[in-house]
Amino acid sequence: MAVRVQTEDFDAGAEIARLRAANPAVGAVASFIGVARDVNDGATVATLTLEHYPGMTERALEDIVAQARARWEVLDILVVHRVGELRPLDQIVLVAVTSAHRGEAFAACEFVMDYLKTEAPFWKRETTPGGSRWVDARLSDADARARWDEREAHE
Amino acid sequence: MSATRQIRVLYFARLRERIGRNEDTLRVPMEVADLAALRGWLVARGAPWAQAFSEETRLRAAVDQRMARDDTPLRDGAEVAFFPPVTGG
Repeated sequence: MAVRVQTEDFDAGAEIARLRAANPAVGAVASFIGVARDVNDGATVATLTLEHYPGMTERALEDIVAQARARWEVLDILVVHRVGELRPLDQIVLVAVTSAHRGEAFAACEFVMDYLKTEAPFWKRETTPGGSRWVDARLSDADARARWDEREAHE
Repeated sequence: MSATRQIRVLYFARLRERIGRNEDTLRVPMEVADLAALRGWLVARGAPWAQAFSEETRLRAAVDQRMARDDTPLRDGAEVAFFPPVTGG
């Protein structure tokens, strides 16, 4: 289990290879990569700058990973999130989950992303032709996060 | 002099820009015992908090680096952060 916050890019293939290295119990790997888009809310985005809360960020990500591990039988979880200035096409975040079977890996990967979107202290600022602006949180992200509470109530 | 608590207050993202600095270290009266009381106390002090906090309608907060609620208690030496809803990922 690992979480990393870094300015450098990441190599998803190498990260996944390391995550499942020498572990023959792994039968499934699910991964998600979030990427910087060139258009947001109708405007062309030139740069995307990610600010975070050092210390709390790592703690929040570790807490989310621990919740996922308590909920599903997964073998390992990796979260890598970039900060600093990014451009369209750049990778922002990697979540990779290993498990014996695919169901747990898919679910845990989506859960980690949905919680990260609403609970981890990152903020995006984008520059557009109209100037620089802070990206507003989406209500759909809060809805995606809330879905897991409902699922838990039914499980 | 009556007893006080020392609180380190951090600001992030748009709120940091509205406040005009990254953080403050403040001596707060003991009766300011939870997050809601601290926010009220800051707003009552006037600029820059009053305007900055009123312009951020969906402000969130952390106490000692954990997401907090209005009734989260404050200890002496606490680290409190105020910020807009997060937008990572």
